[in-house]
Amino acid sequence: MATVYLPSGLTQYTGGVASVEIDAVSVSDALEMLAARFPPLAAHLADLAVAVDGDIYTQPGYQRVTPSSEIHLLPRIAGG
Amino acid sequence: MSERTFKQVGTRPIRHDGVDKVTGRASYGADFSLPGMIHGAVVRSPHAHARIVSIDTSAAEAAPGVKAVITGEDIPETNAKLMLGEGAIDLHDIGDNAMAHAKVLYHGHSVAAVAAVTPQAARDAAALIKVVYDVLEPVTSVDRAMAPDAPILDDTMTTKGQPGANAPTNVAQRMELKRGDIAKGFAEADVVVEREFRTATVHQGYIEPHACVARYGEDGRAIVWCSTQGPFAVRDQCAAILSMDPANVKVIPSEIGGGFGGKIVVYLEPLAIALSRKAQRPVKMVMTRDEVFRATGPTSGTKIRMKIGAKRDGTIVAADASLYYEAGAYRGSPAGAGMMCAYAPYRIPNFAIEAFDIVVNKPKVAAYRAPGSPMAAFAIESVIDEIARQLKMDPIDLRIRNAAVEGDLAPYGPPYGPIGLKAMLEAARKHPHWTSPLGPNQGRGVACGFWFNAGMNSSASVTLNMDGSAAVVTGNPDIGGTRVAQALMVAEELGIPVERVRPGVADTDSSGFTDVTGGSRVCYATGMAVIKAAEDVREQLKARAAQIWKVDASAVKWEDGCAVPPSGVDKAEPMSVANLAAKLSHTGGPIIGRASLYAPMAGPGFGVHLCDLEVDPETGCSRIVRYTAFQDVGKAVHPSFVEGQIQGGAAQGIGWALNEEYVYDRNGVMENAGFLDYRMPVASDLPMLETVIFEVANPLHPYGVRGVGEVPIVPPLAAVANAMRDTTGIRFTELPLSPPRVLAALEQEREPVAAGANAAQAGRPGRS
Repeated sequence: MATVYLPSGLTQYTGGVASVEIDAVSVSDALEMLAARFPPLAAHLADLAVAVDGDIYTQPGYQRVTPSSEIHLLPRIAGG
Repeated sequence: MSERTFKQVGTRPIRHDGVDKVTGRASYGADFSLPGMIHGAVVRSPHAHARIVSIDTSAAEAAPGVKAVITGEDIPETNAKLMLGEGAIDLHDIGDNAMAHAKVLYHGHSVAAVAAVTPQAARDAAALIKVVYDVLEPVTSVDRAMAPDAPILDDTMTTKGQPGANAPTNVAQRMELKRGDIAKGFAEADVVVEREFRTATVHQGYIEPHACVARYGEDGRAIVWCSTQGPFAVRDQCAAILSMDPANVKVIPSEIGGGFGGKIVVYLEPLAIALSRKAQRPVKMVMTRDEVFRATGPTSGTKIRMKIGAKRDGTIVAADASLYYEAGAYRGSPAGAGMMCAYAPYRIPNFAIEAFDIVVNKPKVAAYRAPGSPMAAFAIESVIDEIARQLKMDPIDLRIRNAAVEGDLAPYGPPYGPIGLKAMLEAARKHPHWTSPLGPNQGRGVACGFWFNAGMNSSASVTLNMDGSAAVVTGNPDIGGTRVAQALMVAEELGIPVERVRPGVADTDSSGFTDVTGGSRVCYATGMAVIKAAEDVREQLKARAAQIWKVDASAVKWEDGCAVPPSGVDKAEPMSVANLAAKLSHTGGPIIGRASLYAPMAGPGFGVHLCDLEVDPETGCSRIVRYTAFQDVGKAVHPSFVEGQIQGGAAQGIGWALNEEYVYDRNGVMENAGFLDYRMPVASDLPMLETVIFEVANPLHPYGVRGVGEVPIVPPLAAVANAMRDTTGIRFTELPLSPPRVLAALEQEREPVAAGANAAQAGRPGRS
């Protein structure tokens, strides 16, 4: 299963859980499952970027996830 | 990514837009006119913080030549959200920033606008608008903003990221990253250094002010000509703010005289459209330099506490930092980015870092070249310099010992791919600059820097002409030489001379959707789309050749700019692009190649800068004696413009370090809103900035390209400050290192009693 890593600022919404194994095939599936497992986290997922195996997506959606994927949630940033 | 040998990529042709630019023929935002056009002027708040009690526009409306007057009532508040740049943007704040409604939140905040037949008539009428304010105490620093008795800018604001913090506050958000155990890490350290740093509000300093012409037609469609980094961003912001269908807004970008992130958010465009709608005439609006400083988007002033612990051999074992960034009038500083960048060059097993986004009564900040990263680098690179001094270790050696390499986890989570930081540090160590002798009153500093580099949405089309020339079109305004880079890519893929490729920037009706020019993404992401579009043309040409030769298209090869037939085909000779183009009408018609993609952020960039500084001990004035910037660019498509980006970013960082700051009076009014007193470096201030290009390929790009433009502004603040420490023996923790500040510190060192009165004014730098 893919592993989702949460930054420390979000673990206050997961009871301290910092990584979760998720059986998902897309980033959007993974985020939905996270929100279902940790309802207080749901409101904070919309503003995040997601890195899948090192590639950062500022608009996470239907990007593919494999059973060995490492997914990191991180704040969105803006360039200039 | 292949080990490809390029024929044209990597060369230095003259840019296609070069002649127009050096002759003055290039058309910028203020150069455009339409028949019947009238002119807009903005009424701006004289107060940094106030409630708007009433606005009386009657005298203005009756003034000679006036065709329309608008206030916040003409642009209702919106709650729309938009993906803009790399983040979701609250259009309410952008709209309220463009035209205030209930409160003015900074000196210069727009409260009304007038359109009249001449610019002078518009200004005269604007002066007749009577605004009654209930003046409030302004908040102009993070310290004041966070004080328990601070005036609150927005009484609906609570701190995001701190559950349970429900009282109104000026702290919009708190963010954090942690890894390991910092208490254990610091306990293991042999040396610990902790300092507090401050940087001032600074502006991007683009030479061309904001300018636009808007025409609103009877059919409800608006056309906007403007200087912008993103025509689609202008379209979508204006449509949301004015409750229009984006399909009814067309944006035509002009040449752009600098942006650096400051021309992504709209300021004038919604006002010009609203005035045009009311006046039923095209409306032109051009900011003065004074307005640019007071009422666009500088970057955050900051306060940063940085603590680093290291072992005697120089291994960094722990880091702890707090970043306080001014957001200006509305939430949205780059505190989060600063937080993610601060530790990025280093492998640190135990760290904690928190970041605060804090509103103050200053203009709403906008992106400025690697937003958030330079200030964080100033703090950590200064502390690392001090640690090196305490350990009596070469500062580059200490950085090499701790440099992040491929496979190390970035502080924001994922592992790095191939990166060039360590190789650049090793090259800097061996570079003649590092070991060359210094003269009297001279010192040397080194610093590293990091930026993510963006990806996002890009589209491109390549059109083949019947004479074998080509045109490449994207929706990305050219702020760094990307048009000639795109022409080089098409020339490379098709095997035609780059002079036979015309690169262009299209309007929002003529180009596929493209995210802004910014985030150092155009050569990478839009470049990928250009390459794919050129490949599309190539595949279609192969199919046409196959048709001529009566073979299967899969049997046709492409070599050296020619379609090559399979062996054994009677009377079949290789056909060049020109040969095939001449026969397009006979083989199925014109050829256009196209591509659209979303590119992930996967080519982070690092820089290493060396700075030699000389300080005049009698005046505190400094000059850069020598400067060398190393940067990993992946692949330099046009090396001259890669070097130009590195030099330009370094020059901006040097100005930020040595001179630039918004000076505010006690009422929150900027006192130096002009280039004379907001002193940016000009060409005569700096020596030639040397550049050393490294190319560690970005595996996601067919040529290995990484973004270039933002990294070079990150190291200079600390490189200059570290050089200042080396020169004067004084560790400055507050920027800019302007002559008065440096002189006061020097005098305090020389004669502490006599100089005591000056020290409070100039800050209190301490010996390391």
